Amino acid sequence: MALTHRSSNLLRPFTTAVFSSTPSLRRPFSSSADDTTTITIETSVPFTGHKCDPPSRSVETSPKELMTFFRDMAKMRRMEIAADSLYKAKLIRGFCHLYDGQEAVAVGMEAAITKKDCIITAYRDHCIYLGRGGTLLECFSELMGRQGGCSKGKGGSMHFYKKDSGFYGGHGIVGAQVPLGCGLAFAQKYSKDETVSFALYGDGAANQGQLFEALNMAALWDLPAILVCENNHYGMGTAEWRAAKSPAYYKRGDYVPGLKVDGMDALAVKQACKFAKEHALKNGPIILEMDTYRYHGHSMSDPGSTYRTRDEISGVRQERDPVERIRKLILSHELATEKELKDIEKEVRKEVDEAIAQAKESPMPDPSELFTNVYVKGYGVEAFGADRKEVRAVLP
Amino acid sequence: MAAILQAVGATTALSSTNSFDSKRLRFSSRRSLSVGKGNFFVVRSDGRSNGCYPRDRRAGQLVTNAVATKADSSTASTASKPGHELLLFEALREGLEEEMDRDPSVCVMGEDVGHYGGSYKVTRDLAEKYGDLRVLDTPIAENSFTGMAIGAAMTGLRPIIEGMNMGFLLLAFNQISNNCGMLHYTSGGQFKIPVVIRGPGGVGRQLGAEHSQRLESYFQSIPGIQMVACSTPYNAKGLMKAAIRSENPVILFEHVLLYNLKERIPDEEYVLNLEEAEMVRPGEHVTILTYSRMRYHVMQAAKTLVNKGYDPEVIDIRSLKPFDLHTIGNSVKKTHRVLIVEECMRTGGIGASLTAAISENFHDYLDAPIVCLSSQDVPTPYAGTLEEVTVVQPAQIVAAVEQLCQ
Repeated sequence: MALTHRSSNLLRPFTTAVFSSTPSLRRPFSSSADDTTTITIETSVPFTGHKCDPPSRSVETSPKELMTFFRDMAKMRRMEIAADSLYKAKLIRGFCHLYDGQEAVAVGMEAAITKKDCIITAYRDHCIYLGRGGTLLECFSELMGRQGGCSKGKGGSMHFYKKDSGFYGGHGIVGAQVPLGCGLAFAQKYSKDETVSFALYGDGAANQGQLFEALNMAALWDLPAILVCENNHYGMGTAEWRAAKSPAYYKRGDYVPGLKVDGMDALAVKQACKFAKEHALKNGPIILEMDTYRYHGHSMSDPGSTYRTRDEISGVRQERDPVERIRKLILSHELATEKELKDIEKEVRKEVDEAIAQAKESPMPDPSELFTNVYVKGYGVEAFGADRKEVRAVLP
Repeated sequence: MAAILQAVGATTALSSTNSFDSKRLRFSSRRSLSVGKGNFFVVRSDGRSNGCYPRDRRAGQLVTNAVATKADSSTASTASKPGHELLLFEALREGLEEEMDRDPSVCVMGEDVGHYGGSYKVTRDLAEKYGDLRVLDTPIAENSFTGMAIGAAMTGLRPIIEGMNMGFLLLAFNQISNNCGMLHYTSGGQFKIPVVIRGPGGVGRQLGAEHSQRLESYFQSIPGIQMVACSTPYNAKGLMKAAIRSENPVILFEHVLLYNLKERIPDEEYVLNLEEAEMVRPGEHVTILTYSRMRYHVMQAAKTLVNKGYDPEVIDIRSLKPFDLHTIGNSVKKTHRVLIVEECMRTGGIGASLTAAISENFHDYLDAPIVCLSSQDVPTPYAGTLEEVTVVQPAQIVAAVEQLCQ
């Protein structure tokens, strides 16, 4: 019976993580905007494959990409921490699920794909939205329920969408987004787009039946669907070993190949997503398990420390933090100085503060917005307006 | 799994349909479907158009006072061709095929819709014509294939989800409620979900409790969806086409016992209005509101009532969400008495909502309380005699009208 407390094995394989990258190529100091030089970096941990040959550990990147990673992740980190304060100040209400600690998954995935590929995720969606091209202002406006938000203030934290850059949300019900994601892949196959869909879910959702139903169909019809399990080891308050008989989520697809990836290493995520995209376009679905971690609790109402120790959290923060990893890479490759990185962080902080200030001033939605967008206007619902509040029945 | 319709009981209940085939053509629609593009004919009862669409050539030959129970078949001389006869499931298929021809993004998914041809033959031969991807045989996984269809619709496809029996769609309730109904709203209007969810429901011939469910009562509260119920081949084809063309998610309720109804429908293309009710039989004494299979029970009761000297006005409401309060209201104003005959359960059914809607809007016009005849609040039993008592029978309708009109 797996009821005994198991010590956290989240830190063990990664203690030597940072140093494995230094033997790689050393370049003289180059400007951070340089896109042409290639740097090859080894990922911290090799990939583990299930029914497939894992890609190589050596990832090619460029100084520009690394600097972008740093800036984007710093922005995401800053945004989530700011959202924490806003929630405590009661400007954000309801549910607020924060993504800090998991930023590497968002930026690594973006680096490997285009905006024509689709991403769909669950409710921990703020950073994915940013990664897909959303602005800080839209994020904060939506979180505070203002009309300038990405869903006009009517969705909230769990319902961020950006159709023009292929971000399909933002879903509150655990696991329901995975069949939707396979549907996106179905449409891509139907239209012969040569694009793929990434359906993200957590270790908690990995036990949902609809996931396996959708996976069966995706595999049956060779849909270009990539199921990404963001395994942060806790489904709200339940550790993965207490919820899943087999916590090797990348193997749970059985007949579907899988890959286990260090989700705190943006370069590993990038490599895995590139590999997955090629695979999905040729052979159908593949499962990626991102081994990642969230510093905050499940949501703002969860302190996050009743089911795990503070030592574990701070341990992961010290050993595996994704932003720190990129920072160390940049410094060791002399792509920027310590001060420049600090300046970037200061800029990001300023950006976030400005966006918050602007969002705070922005207006709440108009009361008439309650009834807009329930139905698509003008399509056969004119007899009364399908929601009858708009037009009451009037007898002649 | 063929439709069970040739049992003796069914034919007697439906014999009245043949007598007013041609009349139905004229009373179907009062307004056009203002879809921005497309060139199709909409049957009108008053000849008025909103100026954008070709006028219906038949508008001039209205017969305004047809008493539908007369067994005459004065197929009025219409300028158009006489039309063709077909069964309801064939009408659905015709509508589906026409829409799939017209728009390559329309696709069907469901259990056994492809190679098997559909458990009620609605999709027969379509897979040969359009291929396996457009007429997709899914595994038995309602929750996820409904979700898949909705995901595909978010990108612009127009899937039609077939539930082999509406009751099975309870497994997909989360997808239908949250993702299908609410996504347009929660995304601030970014995503449209133009899906059609269709399937047979209702009490059949001793199919048992789980296969005799009426899901319209469960779905009616979901914001963002539209619900329609077809009852004749004519409105089945028209509503199917309208549902596919609608940008909103539409749930089309068919009935297991109505698939083999035969009727003559026009050769020309026509699309019906999703939100409109159908005047089946105009009258003066009482308004009887009904939909789907109960329409036939009502028409059978109407024959008896006419013989007894009553003049019931029968309206097939067709649109279950939203209700066509315009047609209904006009009728209430004329007759001042309302009887609702439905197949849903007493508690929380369509009748209950309709009663509330009419009371709220037309209270001043009512001379008597609204009477609502619904099915009993029990699981549908297997035994034939018990099952018969579960649903409303024509005798009860006659008794209710007599009491209402005292």
